[in-house]
Amino acid sequence: MFKVFLSLIKRDLRLAFRHKSEILNPLFFFVIVVTLFPLGISPDKQILAEIGPGIIWVAALLASMLSLESLFRSDFDDGTLEFMLLSEYPLSIMVLAKIVVHWLITGFPIIIISPLLGTVMFLSNDAITTLMITLLLGTPILSLIGAIGMALVVALKRGGMLLSLLVLPLYIPVLIFSSNAVGSSMAGLAISGQLYFLAAFMVFCLTLAPIATSAALRVSLE
Amino acid sequence: MIKAIIAFLVKVFYQLASPKHFYRIAGKLIPWFGWFAAVLLIAGSIDGLFIAPVDYQQGDSYRIIFIHVPAAWMSMFIYMVMATSGAIALIWKIKLADVIASSSAPIGAAFTFLALVTGSIWGKPMWGTWWVWDARLTSELILLFLYLGYMALESAIEDPRAAARACAILAIVGVVNIPIIHYSVEWWNTLHQGATVSKMDKPSIHLSMLIPLLLMAVGFKLYYAAAVLSRARNKVLLTEQNRTWVKEVVGLESGVKHG
Repeated sequence: MFKVFLSLIKRDLRLAFRHKSEILNPLFFFVIVVTLFPLGISPDKQILAEIGPGIIWVAALLASMLSLESLFRSDFDDGTLEFMLLSEYPLSIMVLAKIVVHWLITGFPIIIISPLLGTVMFLSNDAITTLMITLLLGTPILSLIGAIGMALVVALKRGGMLLSLLVLPLYIPVLIFSSNAVGSSMAGLAISGQLYFLAAFMVFCLTLAPIATSAALRVSLE
Repeated sequence: MIKAIIAFLVKVFYQLASPKHFYRIAGKLIPWFGWFAAVLLIAGSIDGLFIAPVDYQQGDSYRIIFIHVPAAWMSMFIYMVMATSGAIALIWKIKLADVIASSSAPIGAAFTFLALVTGSIWGKPMWGTWWVWDARLTSELILLFLYLGYMALESAIEDPRAAARACAILAIVGVVNIPIIHYSVEWWNTLHQGATVSKMDKPSIHLSMLIPLLLMAVGFKLYYAAAVLSRARNKVLLTEQNRTWVKEVVGLESGVKHG
């Protein structure tokens, strides 16, 4: 079973690296959205430092959501997904492999580039470290919850807008705790509570989201 | 004895699950629910608007509570109903549970909207603004988004069976998340909200105010029961339109109308 998991990860990663835009586009999107805010609001250092955590997190959330399409779309179009459903291995394991890859190609690059964006938003060094930790804990949650939504709309022709309606309300706890943790560490306050919550929520989603996603896939592919 | 009771309950359960019996039984129940709802709502409104004493802090404007609070209760209750009947439909493949869930969604969204609007109107004299990012108001707004997502998903999937099952999964995921969302919003709010707009300390409610509140709450519940059953009856007729019993029912009813 673990072998299936690994080979699926390898296959999806190889596919992703053949279409480099799948990795780069969410990243560019993330950077551009963050850049828009100083232009739209003010280049003032204090204002940006105050709203920075929230902006970076909202941008990460949108980038992760908009890249969900890559999770199941091409496998759905060429029929691979149906073979997965028919295979003898548990669907939730295969779904988890696909979610892991989605995180590796969208969440992980965002974490790598986040110090740069933190710097241009005038966050302190502590806050940038916290930002990276919250992204490390939070972006997997985005991929896990997003997978449920994507599985529900994968069979629809124009699911994009609908997907955001389904998924964004469920992202709210991640946004609240993460941006608050970054803001608190800017102010020099303790942040362990927020991080514990994020970690707990991630484990919670890691356990249940693959099951819900495979149930949703079975409905979509009926 | 107990066995007999269980057997009887199971029989009732299966009878209700058959669309034909459901249609008949719901048709009989709707007038009862409807009339009781009307009586309770009228009594509750009169009691709440004229008889209940004036609040010593908020004056007469607190009286909107008699609509606001029951509506907010209903908004959460109906989402629970949707998730529960969605789970029943997924586990036991009872089509009727799907019908109940999807008939509930617009009513639940309407109650959520009502709770938001009355909350906002109440906020104007109390807080001085139409909207405050108060924890409860914000959670209610997110609940409205969840309802809208549910309805959007339902209308986007063409096959009604698949739509119902997808919506059931969404409702269950939503119910698991609602407490998490609610508590994170509450926690967020306590950190962000300064002392400028402090919520009033609510004194534990007096009996003379509690009675109209409960009258309205039960009235809203009965109204929901009547509304959801009549929507469900319509849906049953539509989904079963090729069955003979539907043709008989429709033929009979239109015959009466013309005759």
